[in-house]
Amino acid sequence: MNKDILVVIEHIRGEVADISYMMIAAARQLAETTEGEVLAVLMGSGIENLAGNLAADKVIYLEDPQLANFTSDTYQQSLENLIRENNPRAVVLGHTSIGMEVASLLSAKSDLPLVSSCLSFSGENGSVKFTSQLYGGKILAEGLIPEPIALLTMVPGGYKPEDGQSSTPPLVITAAAPQFADLEISVKQYIEPETGDVDITSEPLLIAVGRGIQLEDNIEIAEELAEAIGGVVCASRPVVDQGWLPTSRLVGKSGYQVKPKVYLTLGISGAPEHTEGIAGSETIIAINTDPAAPIFNIAKYGVVEDIFDLVPVLTEKLEES
Amino acid sequence: MNIVVLAKLIPDLVEELEIDDSGTALDMTWLRLIINELDDHAIEEAILLKERTGANVTVLAPDIEGVDDILFTAAAKGAERLIKIVGDYESGVNNHALARVLTPVMKDLQPDLILVGVEAHEDLDGSIGPLLAGYLDLPFIGYVASIELEDGKATATKEYPGGLSVEMEVTLPVVLGIQVAEEPPRYVAVSKVRQAMKTAEIEELEAGDFDLAGGPTIDRMYQPEVSEGATIIDGSLDDIADSLIGIFKELGVQ
Ligand SMILES: Cc1cc2nc3c(=O)[nH]c(=O)nc-3n(C[C@H](O)[C@H](O)[C@H](O)COP(=O)(O)OP(=O)(O)OC[C@H]3O[C@@H](n4cnc5c(N)ncnc54)[C@H](O)[C@@H]3O)c2cc1C
Repeated sequence: MNKDILVVIEHIRGEVADISYMMIAAARQLAETTEGEVLAVLMGSGIENLAGNLAADKVIYLEDPQLANFTSDTYQQSLENLIRENNPRAVVLGHTSIGMEVASLLSAKSDLPLVSSCLSFSGENGSVKFTSQLYGGKILAEGLIPEPIALLTMVPGGYKPEDGQSSTPPLVITAAAPQFADLEISVKQYIEPETGDVDITSEPLLIAVGRGIQLEDNIEIAEELAEAIGGVVCASRPVVDQGWLPTSRLVGKSGYQVKPKVYLTLGISGAPEHTEGIAGSETIIAINTDPAAPIFNIAKYGVVEDIFDLVPVLTEKLEES
Repeated sequence: MNIVVLAKLIPDLVEELEIDDSGTALDMTWLRLIINELDDHAIEEAILLKERTGANVTVLAPDIEGVDDILFTAAAKGAERLIKIVGDYESGVNNHALARVLTPVMKDLQPDLILVGVEAHEDLDGSIGPLLAGYLDLPFIGYVASIELEDGKATATKEYPGGLSVEMEVTLPVVLGIQVAEEPPRYVAVSKVRQAMKTAEIEELEAGDFDLAGGPTIDRMYQPEVSEGATIIDGSLDDIADSLIGIFKELGVQ
């Protein structure tokens, strides 16, 4: 019986991504059920120090210049090798721009089953169950993790990063990467985030506009509200993809993690990719015409109204007071 | 230069989703399906590349209700070839099965570039782009926001969190998972789509049997329980505005 849980540590330019710690926390729970060990896999060049606070039983550190920057082919080939050598019960990766593509490639090439968008796991009589988040967070799906080896990609929300960190450094085993074959992808350069006029990650009051704003010209009603109350406007992905606001204002998985005192949403549904960026907010207030919008599940206060009716009234009152 | 785009219809999240009697799947009876938004971006990116390089664009989609609409719309935007994959989708098809069915189809079409939306919100067994790349033994880059083609190579910009991107170069053929097109998907007038219905032809290919191996079995599907939902503020618009201002004051942001 395979027992150990491999966790693929994600890091970009010398920083471990939070999802890695959440995956270790999840893997600890899985390993308890399978009575195995948590083996963190760290791949890169000159980054052994990143292993220091991982709450894993062991860290397998693959050191190779060709792993210095992420590409799906070097990661897939390295993991194929490690899976063969270690026979784990499960391989946990992030449901991210790194883990998701590696997991799917591995699944096809190594003929291994894959469960994606896993939010949490639970063990029962030696078998392990996954709970995955589908349809923009509106539906959960449960099932058994396929045997004997399964690939799992994880979304945030089920585990805390603190639970995957430790103050005692783990045992690090440095190993050589495999002989890579037929590499087709090379990294040319990083493109830095465009610097905006404001840093939304340090603003105490954010007015977030979503697709409910409908038209570029309507952004103005959010700007007016922001001005009246002394806040800053930010947005969900569709608004930024339309080019109505710059990337420096994007909140969520592909944008920024914000932590304001108050996060007020105007016409945002509350998709998981958005809400993972607002978990650090002290109070979320949502305005949305759909009473079933998932945003109301995490908001402290909710208003089921049309933003075009309510926001002008609110702005006017704020201007008066 | 041959570009093949893969597009899929998925449930519209604006609608209320319900679970069917089996308790393990969505009730599809009244469900409205729309094109996966990211696939729509993949089509747009293909059309933009066609305009820049003169490439040929083929759009391929599983034959699910509404597929003709999305294919004709793609034709109205400039796709020259439309193909639907006919098969028994009723009993549930996962990405592994679809990727296996598409593997020989892609080998026949011999594309230089395969574009597909990088994810779909219904994916439970990974995403179709990298699965297909794996079966075809092609490289894959996902979360792509722009593409340049030159001398048998593509340069793709891949997005990381926090607004950071990376430029990667890859030899063709390649599968790219699109996060967002360089321009928002264009609007086409209904009259142009009607025109395409008269002139464009949809080819049909048989899917054959679906092999679901590689994906998990769902034992239970349900709507998440809300532990503590929002306190709903209601009343007249005036009352609501006053309550909100009261809350802002209490929280010290006003
Ligand atoms: C890999 C990946 C990364 C992603 N990264 C991000 C990210 O970083 N940030 C992000 O935000 N998204 C991200 N997304 C997209 C995410 O999945 C959702 O599609 C997106 O968050 C939805 O934005 P929205 O809530 O504004 O739009 P929708 O989901 O369309 O919601 C619009 C809401 O507005 C409401 N509404 C409509 N009209 C009105 C009105 N007049 N008054 C009040 N309410 C109204 C509707 O009821 C609806 O709930 C990502 C997706 C993928 C696949």
